[in-house]
Amino acid sequence: MIDKLMMSLQFPFVRYALIVGVLIALCSSLLGVTLVLKRFSFIGDGLSHVAFGAMSIAEVLELTNNMLIVLPTTILCAILLLRSGKNAKIKGDAAVAMISVGALAFGYLLMNIFSTSSNLTGDVCSTLFGSTSILTLTQAEVWICAILSVVVVVIYILFYNKIFAVTFDEDFAKATGIQADLYNLMIAVVIAVIIVLAMNLVGSLLISALVIFPALSTMRIFRSFRSVTICSAILSVFCALSGLVVSIAAGTPVGSTIVAADVLMFFICQIIGAVKGGIRV
Amino acid sequence: MALITVKDLSLGYEHRTIAEGISFTVNAGDYLCIVGENGSGKTTLMNTLLGLRAPIAGQIITGDGLKRNEIGYLPQQTVVQKDFPASVYEIVLSGCQGRCGFRPFYTKSEKLLAHQNMERMGIEDLAHRCYRELSGGQQQRVLLARALCATRKVLLLDEPVSGLDPVVTEQLYKLIKELNEEGITIIMITHDINAALRYSSQILRIGGDAA
Repeated sequence: MIDKLMMSLQFPFVRYALIVGVLIALCSSLLGVTLVLKRFSFIGDGLSHVAFGAMSIAEVLELTNNMLIVLPTTILCAILLLRSGKNAKIKGDAAVAMISVGALAFGYLLMNIFSTSSNLTGDVCSTLFGSTSILTLTQAEVWICAILSVVVVVIYILFYNKIFAVTFDEDFAKATGIQADLYNLMIAVVIAVIIVLAMNLVGSLLISALVIFPALSTMRIFRSFRSVTICSAILSVFCALSGLVVSIAAGTPVGSTIVAADVLMFFICQIIGAVKGGIRV
Repeated sequence: MALITVKDLSLGYEHRTIAEGISFTVNAGDYLCIVGENGSGKTTLMNTLLGLRAPIAGQIITGDGLKRNEIGYLPQQTVVQKDFPASVYEIVLSGCQGRCGFRPFYTKSEKLLAHQNMERMGIEDLAHRCYRELSGGQQQRVLLARALCATRKVLLLDEPVSGLDPVVTEQLYKLIKELNEEGITIIMITHDINAALRYSSQILRIGGDAA
C-alpha cells in the first residue's frame, strides 16, 4: 500500500489534489466555526447549490468563463442570507433551505432543457459530488487556490478578534461601535469565494461537510473559541489528508471518502467529549 | 449638561408605533430603572438608546462628551450563547473591541483592563472556564465585566436578573449598586418594581395610563 502511495505521488495530479484538498479544508474549517455558531451550518450546502444553478446558467449561455456569473451570484446570495439575520421575514434556516433547493432544481432543469452534453447525468453528478474533478486540476488552478487560501487565512487572522465579537454577540458589538454589518458582509463574501472555489475543485457534497464537521467535532472537546478554531483547522486538514490518501490507495471517490473521514472523526470526538465531560468535576 | 437627553421620542416597528412622547434626562451618576408591561417598548427603547434602531420621531442627545462607543451594554442572553465555546477571558476581552477600530489585535493595556474587570466582578478564577458551563449568575457577571471593558461611564442593562434565583439576584443587584456608587451611570430595564424602588434614583414607566 505504501508503495502504491509513493508511486501515486509521482504523478503531478496526485500532488495537486493533496495540496488543494488541504488548503480548502483549512479555509473552510476556519469559517466553519463562525457559521456553525451563527446557526448557518447549512449555508455551505445552500451556496454550493446556488453556485451549481449559476453554473448551469453559464453553461446554457455558453460563456467561456463561467466564473463571471457564478462568483457574483453566489456572493450576492451569501450576503442576502447572512445579513437577513433575525429580523428577516423568512428565518435563516428556512431561507437557506429555500434558496438551496430552488437553485438546485432550477439548475438541473436548465441543464436538462438546454444542455448539449451527451452525458448529462454524469455532468451533474460530478458537479455535485466532485467525483473526479479534484484529480483533474491544472497547475493554474492550484496556484489560484493557493493564493486565495493565503488571502483567506490572512484575513481571518487579522479580523479574528472582530469575528469573535460579532459571532458571540452581534448586538453588543454594534452597541459598542463595532461595524458588525461590515464584518458580516466580509464573512459572507469570503465564504462565498471559498465555496465557489471549492465547488469547482471538489464538488458541493464535500464543501458543506468541510464547513461543518471540523467545527462540530472540536466543539465537543474544546472550551474556548481559540482552541476550537485552531483545532478544527488541524482536524480538518488531517481528515482531508487521510481521506485523500485512503481514496488513492483504495480507489474510492475522493469527496465522499474525505466526508467519511470527517464523520468518523466526529464520532471519535463525541466519545472523547463524553468521557472528558464525565471525568470533569 | 445631562449625559443623555431624550426628547419626545416615538418608538416602534415600521408603521406601528409602540410608545410615543417619551422624554427624560439622565445625569452622570444616576441610577434609572425603566419599568413597564411586556410589549410596552422597554427593550425597543434600549435598542434605540444604543443606536441599534432608529427612532420614529424625536431625538436622543448625548452630552458631557459621551461617545457612542462608550456605552456598556448587558443584553438579554441569546440562544447562540447557550452552547458557544468561549472562555470567560475571551468574552470579557471582546468588550474592548469597540476601542480597537481597525486595529486587529488587543493591546497590553486592554488585556490588563479585562483582568481588572474580571477581578472587580469576582470572576478572576473563572478566566479559563468555558462560558456555557457557568451558572446563570456567573454568566451575568461575565457579561457585566465585558460591558465594563466597553465603558467607564454608562451601563445599560436589559433585565439582568431574569432567570436567576433570589440569592443570586440580590447579589447581582448589590454589585450593580456598587458600580453605581463608583460613579457609573446605570440604566436598567426590570420587571422587579421592588428592586427598582429600593436601588434606583429614578424610575421611568413606559406604557399604561397610571404613570
